[in-house]
Amino acid sequence: MKKRLTPEEFVQIAREVPRDERVPYAFEKRIMAHITSSPALDPLSLWNRALWRAVAPCFGIMLIAFAVSFSHHDEIAADSDVDLDNAVLAPPDAGFDLSV
Amino acid sequence: MIAFVRGGQTEKFEILVIRYQPKIFGVVRRYARREPEVQDIVQEIFLKVFQKLETFRADAPFEHWLMRLAVRTCYDFLRQHQRNREYNVSDLGDSENNSNVLERSSAEPKATERSAAARELVEAILAQLSPAARMVITLLEIEERSIKEIAKLTGWSETLVKVRAFRARAEMKKALAKIPVEKYL
Repeated sequence: MKKRLTPEEFVQIAREVPRDERVPYAFEKRIMAHITSSPALDPLSLWNRALWRAVAPCFGIMLIAFAVSFSHHDEIAADSDVDLDNAVLAPPDAGFDLSV
Repeated sequence: MIAFVRGGQTEKFEILVIRYQPKIFGVVRRYARREPEVQDIVQEIFLKVFQKLETFRADAPFEHWLMRLAVRTCYDFLRQHQRNREYNVSDLGDSENNSNVLERSSAEPKATERSAAARELVEAILAQLSPAARMVITLLEIEERSIKEIAKLTGWSETLVKVRAFRARAEMKKALAKIPVEKYL
């Protein structure tokens, strides 16, 4: 039968492993180089960011406006259909001059 | 020192880095194995410290705040790299390079080699755990921190820490079951 490590044995082994606190040479210089080289914000990039953030709400407003105008368009279309029917199916004596 | 940095003397931050980087490297090396990854994580931690220094309230020691940030960054790293982790535990007993970690730890008397073998074994087991399980096992079992401390470090509730600890122990048992220890005997 194969023997396995118990959790307690494993934890004991893990606790005995010393913490590795070695630091690479001049690592702090690397950190400071990153901090000092970060570009300062310019007004143009802020404006650019604001414009991109406005895209989603503008798109939402566009969809709402489209939905509202589309619902009104149905009413107008219905009236147009009635007018077309009236024009096409109008009786001959409705005022058309066919004597030409 | 923190007041100087907040006041605009950025160069003083280097002193903070020099003071705390050994400890941060010690923490990060429990969660990442490859040295480039370790250095990237430590760098990210210190950059976050610099960016968030304004939010540090002096109601607790700076080191506690720093450790909290470090632990959470390590946890984020574990979650991001969870899918990339493919550590074949059976290689511990089969491959030429990692062969028989346990046998070496018992047969070779040199402390450094035994320590390296133990470190490999610990890393092999921990790498099989989920990020939350690895975090809890490391903090609770290996570093022997209290539930309350872990809750503060991770931002989890104490109940969540206990639940995760229970699940983590089950995961650890499963991971240990895969290790062939017969050569150790």
